[in-house]
Amino acid sequence: MYEIISKKSLNSSVEWMEVHAPFVARKCESGQFIILRVDEDGERFPLTIADYDREKQTITIIYQIVGFSTQKLSQKQVGDFIHDFVGPLGRPADLKPHKRVLGIGGGVGAAPLYPQLKRLHELGASVDVILGGRSDEFVILEDELKAFCDHVYVATNDGSKGTKGFVTDILNELVSQGTIYDEIITIGPLIMMKVVCDITKDLGIPTSVSLNPVMVDGTGMCGGCRVTVGGKIKFACVDGPDFDGHLVDFEECMRRQSMYKEEEHLCKINLGG
Amino acid sequence: MANMNPKKVSMPEQDPTLRSQNFEEVSLGYTLNLAQEEALRCLQCKHKPCVAGCPVNVPIPEFIQKLAEGDIKEAYRIITNENTLPAICGRVCPQENQCEKLCVRAKKGESVGIGRLERFVADYIMEGSTDEVHDIPKNGIKVAVVGGGPAGLTCAGDLAKLGYEVTIFEALHALGGVLMYGIPEFRLPKLLVQKEIQNIINLGVRIEKNVIVGRSITIDELFQEGFKAVFIGSGAGLPTFMNIPGENLNGVYSANEFLTRSNLMKAYDFPNNPTPVKIGKKVAVVGGGNVAMDAARTARRLGAEEVYIVYRRGESELPARLEEVHHAKEEEIIFKLLSNPTKILGEEGWVVGMECIEMELGEPDASGRRRPVEKQDSAFTLDVNTVIIAIGQSPNPLICQTTAGLDTHKWGGIVVEEETMKTSKENVYAGGDVVTSAATVILAMGSGKKAAKAIHQKLTSA
Ligand SMILES: Cc1cc2nc3c(=O)[nH]c(=O)nc-3n(C[C@H](O)[C@H](O)[C@H](O)COP(=O)(O)OP(=O)(O)OC[C@H]3O[C@@H](n4cnc5c(N)ncnc54)[C@H](O)[C@@H]3O)c2cc1C
Ligand SMILES: Cc1cc2nc3c(=O)[nH]c(=O)nc-3n(C[C@H](O)[C@H](O)[C@H](O)COP(=O)(O)OP(=O)(O)OC[C@H]3O[C@@H](n4cnc5c(N)ncnc54)[C@H](O)[C@@H]3O)c2cc1C
Ligand code: SF4
Ligand code: SF4
Ligand code: FES
Repeated sequence: MYEIISKKSLNSSVEWMEVHAPFVARKCESGQFIILRVDEDGERFPLTIADYDREKQTITIIYQIVGFSTQKLSQKQVGDFIHDFVGPLGRPADLKPHKRVLGIGGGVGAAPLYPQLKRLHELGASVDVILGGRSDEFVILEDELKAFCDHVYVATNDGSKGTKGFVTDILNELVSQGTIYDEIITIGPLIMMKVVCDITKDLGIPTSVSLNPVMVDGTGMCGGCRVTVGGKIKFACVDGPDFDGHLVDFEECMRRQSMYKEEEHLCKINLGG
Repeated sequence: MANMNPKKVSMPEQDPTLRSQNFEEVSLGYTLNLAQEEALRCLQCKHKPCVAGCPVNVPIPEFIQKLAEGDIKEAYRIITNENTLPAICGRVCPQENQCEKLCVRAKKGESVGIGRLERFVADYIMEGSTDEVHDIPKNGIKVAVVGGGPAGLTCAGDLAKLGYEVTIFEALHALGGVLMYGIPEFRLPKLLVQKEIQNIINLGVRIEKNVIVGRSITIDELFQEGFKAVFIGSGAGLPTFMNIPGENLNGVYSANEFLTRSNLMKAYDFPNNPTPVKIGKKVAVVGGGNVAMDAARTARRLGAEEVYIVYRRGESELPARLEEVHHAKEEEIIFKLLSNPTKILGEEGWVVGMECIEMELGEPDASGRRRPVEKQDSAFTLDVNTVIIAIGQSPNPLICQTTAGLDTHKWGGIVVEEETMKTSKENVYAGGDVVTSAATVILAMGSGKKAAKAIHQKLTSA
């Protein structure tokens, strides 16, 4: 059982939670994730490790309430317990020291993006970031990112904050102004990552994406998380979740992600792109 | 007076039509009367050929004798001295290839129903109380066991009996390994698995669930934490795919995923349980082992109308337990033998069929089995909308990748010394499917036992 140490809400559908999980906190790195079950007989579902504190033995998760299980999680309060919390899972992000890096986060994708950018900053890179969301309220972690990013750009669909439009509009503008990035990391809805990759492929900018297929065990046992990367089958939970975005078969990812559409009660995951 | 009936006393079973719509256990087990009647078929052979066929040497005639006399408690004690999971083994051992194969009664008629009797004794005792907590003096020596499947559980139990402070580290949220996530409820009720596991925990074994060795903690770190020996029983959990076109279509499952969703996550009870599983009206299961039979029979229970087993060799080569094949047939599973899939067909991303080719058996291969070869111009298409791939599993490479000095075979299995289950790394032992690749529950238990003995010798002789 894993105690909830603190909790806050970031907007009407995104929450931030700190959980006591000694076995995860002792070893985790940026880019890794956990799988949890809120209650006995709950569903296993993955969330990225947004932050960690080795001393306090805690892990921070940031999640969007999209359906049944994330709703269940949201009902838990400080002092309550999460039944199962396993990790760290996945490979740590392969973060190379770069001169200049751009992060592009869509909606709750900013959460997994944050620890990677923070780590790159610590490694000496200058970091810019573009955040996207449906509206003002859905742009998360702006202040946290401002703490170390040189530039934080924002795009919202309705123009209630920053540029009206998509993150890719800002990306196009930045590169057309001649800004040069050694690498781009983009995390968010699949369609957003795909469009970003289409653009950066033409420009020849290495681009890493974080895939979020449906997972069960997270240890390589079920193969449900398989994705095609560079023509080869990979298990996102052990070979990823980060991959070279220019090699990912996004069409297949999108199709596979919709496998349980009928079974999911409500789904707002595509928010933000 | 021995019962000389050439046939086993038959065991009551759920009616096939009825049971293919529920997840309750198929075989209902003997009553005390039936069990004693069957026990009397045992001739109490002095040379005990049957025992030689049991990988953990259950004293078969001895326990049967006690059962016949009505002393079930003593029968249970005799069995559990050698086998800590009798209710499970009585149900899932491939008895026809082990103890029962060597039974003298099998020469004229059917063997004694050893497995059924073992199951009866265990069930009978476990109906009563199982919370007997043992007070074994601890010797203060810590041993870590990786994986809570039959291999790990057995090793942990045996070491705990000797006074070691044993901790099992298990990656999933439940102990049991394949017993919990793989073998379905209708063949092995989970409540029962939990009871037998509880018996082992009651010996004083500590459990750390949700810990993945290799990720949450490494083998070397376990030694730093004061563990003096480590037993790796992490199983063979990595699913094999066929590498044919269409395998990533929606509607294609590995048997592991399909069975895990249905068993461990209880998707059969969706939406009472939140984990879903998709099943079409027509299902093809590829493979011919126990895993394939379990997947096919589960699909049937989840509402599939037509379920095919597609297997590239013939009936007599099916690796599944005889009883499972027999039960599958009764449940109207259709066997497409000597057939091999070549392509899965899709429309709008979903499976709509599977192309296969007929096979015939050619020359024996390295394993001594006749190798299936394709028949010319024999392609045909199965009209299905779900495909479940059950062609085998190999060990998960995670532990080996993160442990320096641990030798493995090319196919991923850990190399061990057969007598002691000792690996190439000092004080690290391994057993079960991670060593043998997908095998049986009882072999996994046997290796856990051997390792416990060797660990004890090593740690006390030092
Ligand atoms: C590696 C990884 C990291 C993730 N990190 C985050 C994160 O940091 N913050 C966050 O808000 N979300 C994250 N997600 C997505 C999160 O797991 C889903 O939002 C969650 O499972 C939804 O469950 P639900 O029952 O509330 O919604 P449902 O209504 O059941 O599903 C909504 C959508 O969530 C996805 N989903 C459902 N079940 C699973 C599952 N078992 N595994 C993966 N995806 C599933 C599907 O795309 C589905 O369409 C991550 C996913 C992966 C694979
Ligand atoms: C569907 C199915 C049906 C079967 N039917 C039969 C049958 O009828 N009769 C029979 O005798 N055999 C049967 N088998 C085979 C039998 O179940 C296995 O041979 C046996 O379970 C192997 O035991 P094990 O302890 O080696 O591994 P497992 O049972 O696989 O247990 C390994 C455990 O280790 C855990 N683990 C893995 N990696 C790690 C890690 N890094 N850290 C921590 N924990 C880890 C796993 O989660 C798992 O709990 C069947 C197998 C399947 C899949
Ligand atoms: S453990 Fe298995 S092989 Fe041994 S006696 Fe029991 S059923 Fe037979
Ligand atoms: S071989 Fe058969 S008849 Fe003989 S002791 Fe064993 S079980 Fe009994
Ligand atoms: S989630 Fe099961 S193999 Fe990746």
